[in-house]
Amino acid sequence: MPTKIEKDSITGQMTTGHEWDGIKELNTPMPRWWLYTFYACIGFALVWVVLYPALPITGATGLLGWTARGALPAQQAAERARIEPMLARLRAATPEQIAADPELRGFALAGGRVAFANNCAGCHGAGGQGAVGGFPSLADDDWIYGGSFEAIQHTIRHGVRANESDEQRGIAMPAFQATGMLNATQVSDTAEFVLSLSGRSTDAAAATRGEALYAENCASCHAERGEGNRELGAPRLNDRIWLYGGDKAAVMRSIAYSRAGVMPSWQGRLDPAMINMLTIYVHALGGGE
Amino acid sequence: MSVIPPRAPDVEEASLYASHQKVYPRAVQGVVRRVKWAALILLLGLYYLVPWLRWDRGPNAPDQAVLVDMGHARLFFFWFELWPQEIYFLTGVLVLCAIGLFAVTSLFGRVWCGFTCPQTVWTDLFMWVERRIEGDRNARIKLDHGPRDRAWWRAKVIKHGAWLAIAMATGGAWIMYFNDTPSTSWAMLTGQASLTVYGFFALFTATTYVLAGAAREQVCTYMCPWPRFQGAMLDENSLVVTYRDWRGEPRGKPTDPDAGDCVDCKACVHVCPTGIDIRDGQQLECIGCGLCVDACDDVMKRLNRPTGLVAFETLKNLAASEAATKGMAPGPARLERGMSVRVAQKIIRPRMLVYVGVLGAAILLMMGAWLMRQTLTLTVLRDRAPLYVQLADGGVRNAYTLKLANKLRGELALSLVLEGPQGLRLLVQDAGLDAQGRPVLTTREDGITQWRALITAPEGLRLRGSTAITFRLLDAQGTSVARQSSVFLGPER
Ligand code: SF4
Ligand code: SF4
Repeated sequence: MPTKIEKDSITGQMTTGHEWDGIKELNTPMPRWWLYTFYACIGFALVWVVLYPALPITGATGLLGWTARGALPAQQAAERARIEPMLARLRAATPEQIAADPELRGFALAGGRVAFANNCAGCHGAGGQGAVGGFPSLADDDWIYGGSFEAIQHTIRHGVRANESDEQRGIAMPAFQATGMLNATQVSDTAEFVLSLSGRSTDAAAATRGEALYAENCASCHAERGEGNRELGAPRLNDRIWLYGGDKAAVMRSIAYSRAGVMPSWQGRLDPAMINMLTIYVHALGGGE
Repeated sequence: MSVIPPRAPDVEEASLYASHQKVYPRAVQGVVRRVKWAALILLLGLYYLVPWLRWDRGPNAPDQAVLVDMGHARLFFFWFELWPQEIYFLTGVLVLCAIGLFAVTSLFGRVWCGFTCPQTVWTDLFMWVERRIEGDRNARIKLDHGPRDRAWWRAKVIKHGAWLAIAMATGGAWIMYFNDTPSTSWAMLTGQASLTVYGFFALFTATTYVLAGAAREQVCTYMCPWPRFQGAMLDENSLVVTYRDWRGEPRGKPTDPDAGDCVDCKACVHVCPTGIDIRDGQQLECIGCGLCVDACDDVMKRLNRPTGLVAFETLKNLAASEAATKGMAPGPARLERGMSVRVAQKIIRPRMLVYVGVLGAAILLMMGAWLMRQTLTLTVLRDRAPLYVQLADGGVRNAYTLKLANKLRGELALSLVLEGPQGLRLLVQDAGLDAQGRPVLTTREDGITQWRALITAPEGLRLRGSTAITFRLLDAQGTSVARQSSVFLGPER
């Protein structure tokens, strides 16, 4: 309840005219500049709203036309210019030279990590772990097309079965059952033999039957004892790593209907410096060869 | 608020805002003033000179004794060097300062505000400059109320120029606590410094100029939170600036036999930098600078009366004297009686014991933390994508990132050994090997090096789930200098 403004008898100060339950408020004035500072802040806010994108409305950019997104290209260009000398050195060097130079190598690893996350992680996983179903792990010691700097770089540049480059990796595996080359029993027998290559067959008789079928149909690419062939991109079959799953059903499916992973060719899409950085990074991921 | 009640006609409209009353403090001489000059010279001297102190830190670190190196995330303070992860030491120092401030305030009142606070010190310096140029209180009042003539312009231009010069020196010195002093000073003088440097220089120059030149006592009264809660540190045993009203009242002419010792000359009011009258009692605005003590003592000496009408006094003694002299007529008898009941300030009291106890505990804690601080730390980050890698021959491999932080001068070559199940194979990419075939990690001096380690459990080892392992670094003598535990993960089944 407002009461009247009066002089407080004890302090000699004026009251504000506000009273709550018999308690009156003394008026202890703020300095006026404080008020003006407050007004100045309001004024500043108004100017800001007019000049900059401050309203939560799509397309409201403010009179200056400035946006954070609009400023991004300039920032990116500045950042690019900053690292350009380093990129130039990376472009000029071979992966071996980069690996031998600690400064270049550190830069390549850091840049490669980002480039990998942007371009490769979608298929090969954030840490290069790959995924069953045709996305090879890059963190293991099994390299379908080879794990040397040169081999890794070739794969990145030309891709796998992407029909973008004459030097692309990989040839197609036949679909043995779908094309009538093998019947279901033969596929099963061949699969048993393939499993036996890494000591996991449970049907010795079927595996023995499959051995001849394997020699006839598969050995030309995957080699006699399943050692694989990097020239052709035929994976090793006698180890513990299974690109499409290692149980019998998965192996049978591979034989019957064939498998063929695809990877784009990155040459022309990525800066050569970035391809070099990726080469170094991928090599370091799995320890390379 | 539906009905606006009629107001009494004799009461003028009270505003919630008051225009600023300019304070014109007068010069004063005396003991307190001399102490304040000494504190001012010491503190400003330290402030301006400390960035110039050199300190040999070797080839890769800046040779500055006190430096906050933002670029390299280091804090150098003479022989201490803090890394970002040890910033809690700084927190600790701030806690110590806070408790120290509590203790000092509870003993001696607002000595921080009155003698050492930067706002007080720089304002004092600015006022001194003002006095040299525009004259003392009366001259300044006359100047400000007089015409805007040549003399006025002359005085104002010189004064503001001098203020700006001091403000620039202050802003410039602040930059040097964050940058190498000789090179940055030179760069700033020759226009070569970065925009950031000039920006902060301008900012600190402006704040010094505005706060010490214009805002002054208003900073203490309206902006600073300390006066609002320092009352919690004060009690009746704290020394605060007080007016001994039992001795001074009633005020009157020096010749009036019925008057107390206060001659109402207002010297205490005129010297006060916050523009208050200490005779009104304890006030929020009083920064405890004690200049009114000097001013009044001067008056008392000239009147041949004992000094100490305004004095540093405990409220307990004030109340005691007041009670003892109640009803007595002014005169030497009242004075003697009032002073005779005073007792020495009680220093040891529960509050002080608590402050000193906490202070001591905090100091011990900090010292302990400092002594146990590791100058060489090994951090191990396990790769999480993938958690483990299946190898072609049936083995399992885990990858780790090792970070080796060496906080001292000099490079070290340390051998890495792995403790865990027999048969684990350790490979550190890019690391050389020592005579026993163990990987050698070399540290940078005063920096972090990073390594990628691969640990392989061969097929036969069959490690399932999680297995504890420990990395240990050995120096040339084979002594363990750092260790870090981690785990090795394998397939669950
Ligand atoms: S200076 Fe001393 S005598 Fe003069 S008004 Fe202040 S208290 Fe009274
Ligand atoms: S009242 Fe006295 S001690 Fe307090 S601020 Fe003024 S001059 Fe300083």
